[in-house]
Amino acid sequence: MTAPLTERTAGETGDDQPSVLLDGVSKTYGQGRNAVPALDDVSLSVRRGEFVSLLGASGCGKSTLLSLVAGLDRPTAGRIDTRGGKIAMMFQEPALFPWLTVSANVEMALRVRGVARKERRARAAELLEIVHLGGFGARRPHELSGGMRQRVSLARALAQEADVLLMDEPFGALDAMTRDLLHDELERIWRERGLSVLFVTHNVREAVRLGDRVVLLSSRPGRVAEDFPVGIGRPRVIDSPAVAGLASTVTERLRQEVLRHGR
Amino acid sequence: MAADRTTSAEKAPDVHARQIAGLDALELGGAAGRPAGRLWSGVWGRLWPMLLAAGIVLALWQGVVWSGRWPEYVFAGPAETFGTLGERLSTPEYWQAVAVTMRRAVTGFAVSVLAGLVVGALVSRVRVLRAAFGSLITGLQTMPSIAWFPLAILLFGLTESAITFVVILGAAPSIANGLIAGVDYTPPILLRAGHVLGFRRLRLYLHVILPASLPSFLAGLKQGWAFAWRSLMAGELVVIIAHQSSLGERLYYDRELADSAGLLATMIVILVIGIGIDLLFETADGALRRRWGLRQARD
Repeated sequence: MTAPLTERTAGETGDDQPSVLLDGVSKTYGQGRNAVPALDDVSLSVRRGEFVSLLGASGCGKSTLLSLVAGLDRPTAGRIDTRGGKIAMMFQEPALFPWLTVSANVEMALRVRGVARKERRARAAELLEIVHLGGFGARRPHELSGGMRQRVSLARALAQEADVLLMDEPFGALDAMTRDLLHDELERIWRERGLSVLFVTHNVREAVRLGDRVVLLSSRPGRVAEDFPVGIGRPRVIDSPAVAGLASTVTERLRQEVLRHGR
Repeated sequence: MAADRTTSAEKAPDVHARQIAGLDALELGGAAGRPAGRLWSGVWGRLWPMLLAAGIVLALWQGVVWSGRWPEYVFAGPAETFGTLGERLSTPEYWQAVAVTMRRAVTGFAVSVLAGLVVGALVSRVRVLRAAFGSLITGLQTMPSIAWFPLAILLFGLTESAITFVVILGAAPSIANGLIAGVDYTPPILLRAGHVLGFRRLRLYLHVILPASLPSFLAGLKQGWAFAWRSLMAGELVVIIAHQSSLGERLYYDRELADSAGLLATMIVILVIGIGIDLLFETADGALRRRWGLRQARD
């Protein structure tokens, strides 16, 4: 595949082929009377180069959905098609390997493909530069702050040279200022690399700030409740009236979802 | 110019990068280099309680001797014991005995590590083996090593092989168990990360699970060493091999000859070697924990 490295945004390419397609996907944990449905008949697609925010209250199966797309788990029913594209994933925790240096952590993604050591080094250094961690390759993960570790995790995901990046509340544990900066970073990298991103969050503003679309999932079991197109021009600012306005609409819809469970 | 973050981020990416660098620097603020002289104060901080403990033990020992409960030729005092110890340490024969014991300890332990690794790796990876041998390995750990000697002597006669056999049976289960526990307690998030990166089956095991189990494996090694050392001493007392003096054999003859000071001197040597090697494991463990960030640097 020849992924264009030049800057581009979704929609400009005119490429409507989905890179992730979920068709009637259900997931049930347990069996018989103890069966807990986590996802129920979810259909969803992410176009190439599109940034989709997946939003929902607790128990909507957001993380389950990502695990299914990542191949960490199998759906009970339905079909998931990733068009043979490679998939990278970031978790809420950085999930770095503590026995490796920062650079070696990034290199792990290249090691699995048998890239030669010297080239691994160079690629890792490049990627760390991209996430503004140029001088930190020789450090250990625990010597970095939470935001820095999450950036290493991002660099590692980028090293996979995947077509699809799944992100499971990656900034949930960070303070607001670090998070805002990482939003800018992520947006820049997503645009430069033409990635398709499926971004799970419970933060409405974050979902609107980043997504081309915000898909709202209902809870217990998770279903697609609504699909909001975000027509706000980029780059966006999380505190801008446009983002805040759409966010309050989405929040209202989310509130209705939560209220359904209050009875 | 910093009034509007949109324009600053767009028109001057430098500002954005600098903002990130600034935040990073602030968050790492506490991580200054360690002050000079800290190493020595650290060593002293660990040393003086040990010296204090040794002093208290010596005082108690001398007190019991002075109490006259036993005559001095049965229970020698510290002064006489250390005198004898000095004499013995100045003869090459004694050092040869120490060398024989250490050689047995090192070979026995090395074979145990190998056996423990192989058994631990197999049992932790193959489900059927786990079900079959998991509890057996834990059971072996509780078996007092001295109970193996009659069988070992039947099988190997009064030879060094009999001793090595028991040392391995004493140490290998702990080492295998350490590895198995480490594999079991590999953080699920690291497994998921490894899986997402593309590591599967054997490669996941080699690149993620095995390294992740290192702290537990090290604890198993430490415990394995303790068992190996105990088994060895028991073995050397039971299996006396002619013309091959060892620390256990020394203990045996000192008792035969009622050489109280010599007996206590050899016991001190055994204790010191045990403590010394334990300190090595402790140091390795501390270094690992620092590297992995499992222990916060003290103040």
